[in-house]
This record gives sequence, structure tokens and C-alpha cells, in this order.
Amino acid sequence: MNAPRSTSALLYLSGVTVSFDGFKALNNLSLLVEPGEMRAIIGPNGAGKTTMMDVITGKTRPDEGEVVFDGSADLTKLDEADIATLGIGRKFQKPTVFENHTVRDNLLLALAGIRSWYKLLGAAPTRAENDRLAGILSIIRMEEQQHMLGARLSHGQKQWLEIGMLLAQNPKLLLVDEPVAGMTDVETETTAQVLREVNKNHSVVVVEHDMSFVRALGVKVTVLHEGAMLAEGSLDQVSADPRVVEVYLGR
Amino acid sequence: MITRFLWNGMSRNLRLFVLLVLAIGIALPLLNQLMPRTSPFYVPAYVLQLVGKYLCYAALALAVDLVWGFCGILSLGHAAFFALGGYCMGMYLMRQIGTRGVYGNPVLPDFMVFLNYKELPWFWHGFDSFWFAAPMIVIVPSALALALGWFAFRSRVTGVYLSIITQAMTYALLLAFFRNDMGFGGNNGMTDFKDILGFSVQSDATRGVLCFASALALAIFLVISAAVVGSRFGKALTAVRDAESRMRFLGYRVEGYKLFVFVLSAAMAGIAGALYVPQVGIINPSEFAPGNSIEAVLWVAVGGRGTLIGPVVGAFIVNWAKTYLTGALPEVWLFALGALFILVTLFLPKGVVGLWGQIKARRAQPA
Repeated sequence: MNAPRSTSALLYLSGVTVSFDGFKALNNLSLLVEPGEMRAIIGPNGAGKTTMMDVITGKTRPDEGEVVFDGSADLTKLDEADIATLGIGRKFQKPTVFENHTVRDNLLLALAGIRSWYKLLGAAPTRAENDRLAGILSIIRMEEQQHMLGARLSHGQKQWLEIGMLLAQNPKLLLVDEPVAGMTDVETETTAQVLREVNKNHSVVVVEHDMSFVRALGVKVTVLHEGAMLAEGSLDQVSADPRVVEVYLGR
Repeated sequence: MITRFLWNGMSRNLRLFVLLVLAIGIALPLLNQLMPRTSPFYVPAYVLQLVGKYLCYAALALAVDLVWGFCGILSLGHAAFFALGGYCMGMYLMRQIGTRGVYGNPVLPDFMVFLNYKELPWFWHGFDSFWFAAPMIVIVPSALALALGWFAFRSRVTGVYLSIITQAMTYALLLAFFRNDMGFGGNNGMTDFKDILGFSVQSDATRGVLCFASALALAIFLVISAAVVGSRFGKALTAVRDAESRMRFLGYRVEGYKLFVFVLSAAMAGIAGALYVPQVGIINPSEFAPGNSIEAVLWVAVGGRGTLIGPVVGAFIVNWAKTYLTGALPEVWLFALGALFILVTLFLPKGVVGLWGQIKARRAQPA
């Protein structure tokens, strides 16, 4: 079991089990995400969606099972910082930007590159870094706000900034947790467009409750229930599945 | 080159403040030496001693602020680093007494003769030389901070739990240094110092030099802190303070950041303690008392957490009030301290230094 598995999938979960005080948050979960794919994960409350994100990003160690990224990296042996450096970015449900830093400094902190403390002590932003910052600021349309503190941004602007921070991080795989919670229909539609745009260069896993948003994404859907995979396929296929209907409507 | 880099890294206000600190450190000793005693500009030696003491407290406050204000580590044990630096200096000063002690033993300090020590404990060797003691003043507190921080930060001990650990650390050291068989003078500590680098610690000129040295150390600490906080490292540091887990998911190993400032801060506290001891003339275990560390945190809160000028201002205000009130109305002091803490928490979240900004913001708003 200890030999590093190599797989063509970007993200490979097999038989992952996590229990908290006897409660199995994840129960023998398996999941495959191909390079370049965008995947939506849905499921009722307590299905294990967030725990799955925690396992992938190294916040929670699984009791059993394999988690392999990019062919051969065993994520169960790495911590958050290692996993982030490997190329997995995570966007939280609540936008978390650095409130006491300017928009520009938020992006600078996220920019792929120097992470060790002793190198940062003497480092000045390079021209290449400044160019990348300028590019990202124009993509998220926040050039005018670049010297504004994170705390003074509106909810929408914080979401934009956080997407910019993910772009700056330039991950291979993006994990996005409930991106449209608390958004209007128009904003929801815009966010779906943004994610499709991001998907052109990055693989994406989206966890979402909102069915109309998942429909707007138009991608393969995985349904989680009680810590395991219940169904997989297009949204129409899974919503026709009687077991999925029972989970969502039956009780 | 480096000096220019450091100088450019500071804001205009901070530059003026550093110059002010240096000016005080130069002017007071000069006025003491050059003015006749009858002149209204004459600065008596006790003022030199008092200001020198406050400058050391200010340096300790700055050290606390570096970890608490900029990295969110609320250390309630920083007085321990201060006291360890002080003990290193105390050991050097004890060895300088030589045969002038009560028992006249050329090697053993008085308290060791009294406690029937036959020979010098191994860890006292070398402290007869200033050039051995001086690096120890930095190394001993830093090593303790490194060991404590290494385990605590790696185990992700944060918030109130870390505060409790630091508090327990200083309390454990308090109990340890109280013991006579530790070899540090037990309850009485070390006192009756005679010379430092061959100059009498009692003379006005030495007091003046020590006062200046304290001002110089504080000025250097301010410049170093400004460079650290103003660098990209500093941006990452305050980001760790505000959203630690976010930094981890961005790929930062935050332990390294915390450990570096914690050790740097402990080294600064140690130097401050070493300058403090010859000026007050005594070091004993009460310097490890948990209350001392908490008071240092209070100076930072009063002056302005997360600013560099704030802790210095706070240390001077609170300690001046303490000197005044414990003399004039001794029973009132602790109540005043408590009231001050409540008032600052309620009305001055950014401390005295932040008050100016609050007033300006209010003026800017239309009435």
C-alpha cells in the first residue's frame, strides 16, 4: 500500500474514510477528477463535502484510503503548505481576504513564488511579479481599488479579489466551496461564467447547494450522501436517479 | 548602503521619533555632566536612572508588540526573556566585585560563600569576561524562545493556549530561580554591583552612559523592527496574524515566520534586561513574576498595539504614572492600572497613538 501509486487522473481518491468520534464523515469515498475537468459536487447537509475538501487540502488526515494528486503525489503525507505549493488552491465559502492589507498586497501574498520567511526578509517585488499583478488586477477589474484595504471592500469586491488571489496562486486544481452563497441571480450567473473562464486553464472542483447554478455550469456532477458517492453523471442523469431523489426529497 | 536601506524603510514620523529617542539619550547625560548643580537645566542622576529604566521598559514593550501587535502571538511571558538577559548581566557584574565583597573571596560571589559553595558552578565560568557575557545576553533568551516556539508553533498551539504556556514558562522560571541551589542567588538575587567595564556603576558618568546606551538600543530596535515589519516578510507576518489558516492554504509555512519574530523579540527583551540591571543595581527572581509580563502587554495596549511608536509611548506613560502614584498614593496604583486597562480597551482600541488618527477621522466627517 505504501508504494506511490501513479495515475493519469489529476485527483484520485480511493476508499477514503474519516471518522470524528465514531461518526463517519467520509465512508469509503472514491473520486476521480481528470486533468482540465470541471466537476460539481452536490449533496445534502452533512454529506461530507467540506470534509472531503479538508482531506484534499491537508487540513484533515484520513483514517484510511489513498489521496493522490497529479499522478503520484500522496496528499495524505503532506501539510497545507506543501499541498498549496503542489498546485491546489482553495476558495472558502466565506470570502477570506486579508483585511488589513491592500488589494495589491493581498495579490502579492498569493502570487506563486517565494514562500520561505528568510527569503522574503530582503525581497523586493520583481518586474515580472509587478507585471503579473497588473495583469490580474485588470482581469478582476480592480486597478482603481488596488491601494484600498481589504476591510473596505464590498462583499462582491471581496469575492473578485479572492478569485484574483487564486489566479495569482496559479494552481493546477481549484477547489471552490459554495461560491454563490448569498448572491443574487445575476451575480450567480456571472460567477458561473467566471468559473468557466477559469476552467480554460485550470481544473476545478465546485461544491454547491444551488441547483440552478450547477445547471448553469453544465458539467459532470457527483452526488455525495453520508460520506460516500451516491451517483455520478450529468445533472439530468443524477436527478433522474431514484436514490438521489429520495436523499433530497424523501426525508 | 544598508543604513540607507534601513533609513528609507521608515516613515517620516518614525524617523523623527528615533531622533527624539537619541536626542533624549544624549541630552540628559550631557546636561547632567556639563551644567552646574545650581542651574535649572541641571539633570540630577536619579532622573538619568529613571529615564534609563523607562527606556529599557520601552524596549521590552517594543519586543512584546513585535510578536503580539504584528504576529498575533500574545506572549504573557516576555518578562522572562528580559530577566534572563538581566541575569546574564548580573552574573558578569557579580564577578567584577572580586575581593571587594563582604567575604572577600576573589572567585566566589558573596552568596556562594554564604551557601558553602566550594567552587564556582560550571555555568558561571566565562562570565568574568564582558565579551563572554555580552553574547550570552542574546543567546540565552533566544535559545529559550527558540525551544519554546519550536514546539509550540509546530504543534499549532495558538491564542489563549499559547498565552497560558508562556505564562507558565515565566512562573516556572520564577520558582526555579527562587531556589538557592540553582546557583543564582535564590530569593535575594544579585546586588551590590561595583564596576561595569572598569567604571563604577554608582558614578554619574556611568549612569549617563548607561542611559545613552539604553536610548541607542531602543533606537536600533525601532529601526530593525521597522525594517522587518515594512518588508515583504512583514506583510506576510501581519497576514499570519489576521488569517493564519488562509496563509497555510496559500502555501506559507507559518511556523517559520512566527519563530523568527519570537526569537528576535526575545533577543531584544534580553538586551533590554541586561541594560536595566546595572541601572537599578539588582536582579532577583521577582523579575520573572507573571504580573511583570502582563504589565508589559498593558504598556503596548495603552500606547497602541501594532504600531512601533505606541509601545514606547505606552511604556513611558504607564511607568511614569506608576512612579508618581506609588509615591504619592500607593494604595491607588493598582486600581488606576485596572481602570486604565478598561478605559483603553473601551475607548482607545488603537491606544494613545491611535487617538490622533481617531480625532482626525472624526474632524473629517461632516458634523
